[in-house]
Amino acid sequence: MTDEPTTKGAIMDVRLEHVLGRILQGGVFIAAAITAVGGIMVLSAHGGWQESHATFAGSDQTLRSLSGILHAAASLNPVAIIQTGLLVLILTPVLRVAASLLGFVIERDWLYVLCTLAVLTVLAYGLASVLR
Amino acid sequence: MLDFSCEVIRNPVSYALFSLLLFAGSVVAGFLGALTGLGGGVVIIPLLTLGFGIDIRYAIGASLISVIATSSGAAAAYVREGFTNIRIGMFLEVATTVGALCGAAIAGIIPTGLIAVIFAVVIGFSALQSFSPPSLPATIPPRQSRFSAMLRMNGTYPVGNTHETYFATRVGPGFLLMSVAGVLSGLLGIGSGALKVIAMDRLMRLPFKVSTTTSNFMIGVTAAASAGIYLSRGYIEPTLAMPVMLGVLAGSLVGSRVLAIAHTPVLRRVFAVVVLLLAVEMAFNGLTGRL
Repeated sequence: MTDEPTTKGAIMDVRLEHVLGRILQGGVFIAAAITAVGGIMVLSAHGGWQESHATFAGSDQTLRSLSGILHAAASLNPVAIIQTGLLVLILTPVLRVAASLLGFVIERDWLYVLCTLAVLTVLAYGLASVLR
Repeated sequence: MLDFSCEVIRNPVSYALFSLLLFAGSVVAGFLGALTGLGGGVVIIPLLTLGFGIDIRYAIGASLISVIATSSGAAAAYVREGFTNIRIGMFLEVATTVGALCGAAIAGIIPTGLIAVIFAVVIGFSALQSFSPPSLPATIPPRQSRFSAMLRMNGTYPVGNTHETYFATRVGPGFLLMSVAGVLSGLLGIGSGALKVIAMDRLMRLPFKVSTTTSNFMIGVTAAASAGIYLSRGYIEPTLAMPVMLGVLAGSLVGSRVLAIAHTPVLRRVFAVVVLLLAVEMAFNGLTGRL
C-alpha cells in the first residue's frame, strides 16, 4: 500500500463524512415532521381519555408490519402516519450505512466494502421482521 | 415530578394532557442527557415506567426510537468537527449490530423484572462512571498493533491548526466489549454510549473526541438493528413513542448547544446522583415483580 491512495482516501473520508452527516440530519428532520403531523392529527381526532398502558397488549397488529402501516397510512390513519415517521427514522441510519458502502466502493477499499456489507446484512436481517 | 405523574395515571386523563406531560418530561430527559453526556435513554425508561406507570416493554420501544433520533440528529454537528472515524465505526458496528440482534432475542424470552434489574445495573454503572476523573489525553501508543494496521485503524484529528495522528490498539478486546454494548442496547433499548466510549477510549486508546463522536455515530445504527424486531413485536406504540421521540430530540438538540458553550461539572454530578437513585428504584421494582 503506497501513500498516495491513503491520502486520497483521507480526502474522500472528509467528503463522505459530510454527505453522511447530511443524510442523517435530513432523515431525522423528515421523520420528525411526519411523526409530528400524525401526532397533531391524533390530538385533533382523539377526544377521549388516555387508555392505560400499564399492562402490555402490544401495538395494533396492523402497526407491526410494513405493509400494514403503509396501507393504513395511505388511508390517512393518524396513528399509522406516526408509525410511518418512526419507520423513516429507523431507516435513516440504514441509509447512512448504504451511503458508506458507496463511498468505500469509490475508494476501492474492498476490506471495508466487505465490512459494510456485513453490517448491512445484519441490519437487513433485523428489519426483515417487519416484512410480514 | 414523579408523584404528580403517578396522580395523573390514577385518574383518567385526556390523551392531549397525557401526551403533553410525556413530551415535557422527554424534553427534560433529552436536555439533561445531552448536557451530562449520559444520554436520554438512561432516564426515559425510569420516567415512563416509574413516573407514568407504563409497561417496560412499551418504554423500551419508545426509548429505542428516541435513541435513533438523538444519535442521528447530533451526527451532523459532530461530522462538521471532523473527529468521527468511519472505518473504526463501521468495523465495530459489525459487533454492535450482531450484539443488538442477540439482545433483542434475549429480551423476548427473559422476564421483564430481570430486564428492569439489568437496566438498573447498567445505568448505575454509567452514573458511577461519570464520577470518575475525566480520562487523561490518550497517550499515543508507540507502535500500532498489527491487526489495527491491517484494518488501517489510524486517523488524524484537528488540534489547533495542525492535525495529529492517532492509532487504535487492542482491537480484539475493543470488538468484544462492543458486542456486549450491542447486546445491552438491543436488550434495554438504550444507546449504551458509556460502554462504547470505554471500549474506544480506555481499550483502543483513541483520543476522547474521536471515541465520543464515533460512538454517537454508531449508536443509531446499533439501535436500528433491533428496532425492526421490536416494531414487529408491538413494543413500539406510536401514541407513546411520538411525544417521547419528539421531546427527547428537541431536548437533546438544545442540550448539546448549551454543552458547547457551558461546562457543567456540578449539574453532571447532581444528575448522576438522580440516575443512581432511579437505578435503585428500578432494581427494587424489578425484584419485587412490579415491573
